[in-house]
Amino acid sequence: METYPENVLLIRGTEINYLFICPTKLWYFSKGITMEQESEYVDLGKFLHERSYFGEEKEVQIGSIKIDFIKRGNTIEVHEVKKGKSMEKAHEMQALYYLYYLKVLGIRAKAILNYPKLRETKEIILDGHEEEVEEAINEAERIKSLSAPPSPVKSRKCKKCAYYDLCWV
Amino acid sequence: MRRRPLTLLSDGTLSRRENTLYFENAQGKRPLAVEGIYDIYIYGHVNITSQSLHFLAQKGIAVHFFNHYGYYDGSFYPRESLNSGDLLIKQAKHYLDREKRLKLAKLFVVGGVKNMEKNLKKWGMKVSFNEFLNELEAVEKISEVMNVEARVRQEYYASWDETLPEDFKIVKRTRRPPQNEINALISFLNSRIYATIVSELYNTQLSPTISYLHEPGERRFSLALDLSEIFKPIIADRITNRLVKQGIIKKEHFRNDLNGVLLNDKGKKIVLKAFNEEMQKSVRHPRLKKNVTKQRLIRLEAYKLIKHLVGTQEYNPLVAWF
Ligand code: SF4
Repeated sequence: METYPENVLLIRGTEINYLFICPTKLWYFSKGITMEQESEYVDLGKFLHERSYFGEEKEVQIGSIKIDFIKRGNTIEVHEVKKGKSMEKAHEMQALYYLYYLKVLGIRAKAILNYPKLRETKEIILDGHEEEVEEAINEAERIKSLSAPPSPVKSRKCKKCAYYDLCWV
Repeated sequence: MRRRPLTLLSDGTLSRRENTLYFENAQGKRPLAVEGIYDIYIYGHVNITSQSLHFLAQKGIAVHFFNHYGYYDGSFYPRESLNSGDLLIKQAKHYLDREKRLKLAKLFVVGGVKNMEKNLKKWGMKVSFNEFLNELEAVEKISEVMNVEARVRQEYYASWDETLPEDFKIVKRTRRPPQNEINALISFLNSRIYATIVSELYNTQLSPTISYLHEPGERRFSLALDLSEIFKPIIADRITNRLVKQGIIKKEHFRNDLNGVLLNDKGKKIVLKAFNEEMQKSVRHPRLKKNVTKQRLIRLEAYKLIKHLVGTQEYNPLVAWF
């Protein structure tokens, strides 16, 4: 099966997320150089392998993120609970990537980002964003294939980043 | 909660019931808050149940054992939880490439030598190891690197006697068994530093078995030996000098044994207390622009090594600014 997604889509959701936060972080993470706080991330890709999963209503823990898959008629809703909106773009792209992944599997889905602290939700639909996701995938693959990590660039994000000491020592 | 090392000096039993770890000794049985434990150092005669080892493995807590004399015996190094195939390959590459290996080996020694020099300055002596450092730059073999290091160390120890109290002259650095008090102190602390570095390496993706200055296999965790070049002077030597010069450690804290001069139980207790306090002391880190503990400096050194290996930044050994 050519379209078997695990053969084509080797990028993990967290990696797409990190791509939009910081390429240096993405590189380290993708090489297994994780920081204490990050070591518990569960790989969504691995998780999606268990096809039997679909159709059930279940809660999945991905690090500090919870994903619920809820099947409603013909559409599946991918729920993600996020803490805040400071990394909104990264969250959206991660959700879009999941939808893209599911689409390749032949599953139509939409995603809901939940911001319980802000009492907000945001619906994410893949339609029209496919190219953007593909670009992100290519870019993530390019960064992962670099022999050395991209040089860190100091930004506001660094302060809260688990990689701070590694990057800046 | 900041996880801290747990040192067990007394004899007893380490056991587990459900999700609690207990240490039982002559004083009674007390639960240990496992979430707050970073690693464990065992100096007493301690019986450990396999359940407690399973539990510690699960929590990723390394346990280090020291023998009757206070020297490192070995570690319970739980199955590694942090792995990076990519980094492991790079670590090995830097070992196999002669130039790359030599470069790192020299850097460890440079760091060690500069820290020794720094100590002597702190203790009011005018000594320069520049000649040695120049020589080091030119050598082309690991054995020669080692040789320069050994000669610096000799000169370094020889100058200690200028400031040490009469009872505690070092005369010459004897290893095992230590023939005098100062040697006993240094060896005891160096053992502890080595184990502490092993713990820090456990919490990174670096493999502790691939080293550059020391030959892998010289000891199981030979990378910890490499890194201890940097930390022995700034931790062990400083504590040793302080304890002796301030009269905190006295002749009475040692005993004579067939195996040479050794710390007695009271002495071990004092030294370990000083060590633990020292490791929790903070210094302002000039690059990170924040306070970090001395213990954290070891981890940061590991990070610098990772960056060297993956090719972002050349390793620049820690030279004490404090
Ligand atoms: S500390 Fe800054 S540069 Fe480094 S990984 Fe984090 S965000 Fe990126």
